[in-house]
Amino acid sequence: MATTVKIVSRPAGFQRQTYLMGVVSGLWVTFRHLMNNWIGNLFGRRKQTDIATLSYPEEKMPYPARNRGLHRLMKRDDGEVRCVACMMCPTVCPAHCITIVPEEAPDGRIEKRPRIFEIDELRCVVCGLCVEACPCDAIRMDTGIHASPTLRRADAILDKEALLSHADKSTAVQGGVGPFWRIRVKG
Amino acid sequence: MDFLAYGSPGFLAVTAAAKSIFFVLMFTLPLAGILTWMERRQSAMMQDRLGPNRANLGRFRFWGILHFVADAVKMIFKEDFIPPKANKFLFGLAPVLAVAPVFIASAIVPFGAPLCAGQLLDKVPAGTCAAPVDLQGAQLNAGLLFYFAISSLSVYGAALAGWASHNKWALMGGLRASSQMMAYEVTMGMAIMAMFLLYGTLDPGAMVNAQGDMPWQWGIVGIPQIVAFVLFLTSAIAESKRTPFDIPEGESEIVGYFVEYSGMRFGMFYLGEFVEIIVSSAVIITVFFGGWRFPGAEYLAAHLPNLVFVLLSVALWSLKVFLFCAFQLLIRWTLPRLRADQLLKLGWQRLLPISIANVVLAAGWILLRR
Repeated sequence: MATTVKIVSRPAGFQRQTYLMGVVSGLWVTFRHLMNNWIGNLFGRRKQTDIATLSYPEEKMPYPARNRGLHRLMKRDDGEVRCVACMMCPTVCPAHCITIVPEEAPDGRIEKRPRIFEIDELRCVVCGLCVEACPCDAIRMDTGIHASPTLRRADAILDKEALLSHADKSTAVQGGVGPFWRIRVKG
Repeated sequence: MDFLAYGSPGFLAVTAAAKSIFFVLMFTLPLAGILTWMERRQSAMMQDRLGPNRANLGRFRFWGILHFVADAVKMIFKEDFIPPKANKFLFGLAPVLAVAPVFIASAIVPFGAPLCAGQLLDKVPAGTCAAPVDLQGAQLNAGLLFYFAISSLSVYGAALAGWASHNKWALMGGLRASSQMMAYEVTMGMAIMAMFLLYGTLDPGAMVNAQGDMPWQWGIVGIPQIVAFVLFLTSAIAESKRTPFDIPEGESEIVGYFVEYSGMRFGMFYLGEFVEIIVSSAVIITVFFGGWRFPGAEYLAAHLPNLVFVLLSVALWSLKVFLFCAFQLLIRWTLPRLRADQLLKLGWQRLLPISIANVVLAAGWILLRR
């Protein structure tokens, strides 16, 4: 097979062929960045530098408002759990991580309430379908935190009390506030 | 104490040893260590990153400078692996051959104003000292020739490392290193030849003495000198095998002649590279940027105790060398790597003719100024 050679035209002119001015202008660009970042960093003016690095444990990026975090159960105005044990979420859950054992509600206004409501955070795939399926806004994933690592597997199964402990917490903003995940916050 | 009388061979030997040890232990090695950190930190800053800033002693972070201590500790405790089919003797010898010549070559660099023996606390104006001790490991007439002769030995380190590793990529790296270093040594010698003609001496100490205190009295002023400076800098970077001339290493294609090395043996190649930067910077400062000389040196020499003045000159010389090392790092992190054929073409067909023409230009310059 005959090889085909493509002749690439090189830049013409003495100044461009020597690359000297190209080298100098390239050095100037990197030098400008170096000085800008170095001096800004030295005097604690990180915001004015071009540095994109986030020093993770000290600085954290806020999650977007629609982030799916750890589950929580919501409460009614009288402090009782909103869940009516309709079994929609364990039905839709693709990972089968939700366990609900219903019991009869004592006050008579609703039929059932969950005696046991457990979510196995090790099995959860964080898809958010349980939140979609819930007809009475009882389960949400808007805490903005992760399932914390545990030493024993059993500790990763959250019961009703653990899920209710975040009942007042929410990062969700009605209507959303746009893409603000590039803003740094001191954590 | 006749053995150690001023000017006797014993005195020269003892002071030369003391100066060399001081230079290597107090200047070259710490600066090489800091440069390993600085290379990462400076490149990070150039690329809008933060870089290594976490090696701390309790609450003291020192901007991460202590990373080089952590690196050294890590390298010492890593496994020292020798490939089963490698030539064990040459494999162990190669890192030594890569590092030792650079340290030896640094002996000719003058790193400060001359100490005045016996008058350390007196004010000694320039040129009036009865018993000066030059701060230079070895005062050789051959000076820079010695530097070339010794530093070109480090090619054996690279070539032997490539050969002894019993690895094709390493061998290729060693071959590339030797062809590259031969190509650029000639240019380097020719660039210095022009400076030799202009100074009339090869002794770096005499070269520094021939330059003045003010920047416009330094060696770089004048057309042949600027050309010689660019040529010398280019070949010095090629000699230290760093980007844009890092085809012997080329970590994205062949890892290079030290691909089989681990632990502190690799650390020696790595350290040698940075020592080479320092020594080449020191030689460039000596030849082109006035050595230890700085504006106001003559006035301060007459108004400060000799010891204080000498320490000041050493500090300012160190600052010059440090800044030039930073400049070399800037070049390393700005320019892309050349291809092997481009590199040899640049060396033999471009830089060498220019350097020969520059020697002729320098000779004509001398003729005109006479």
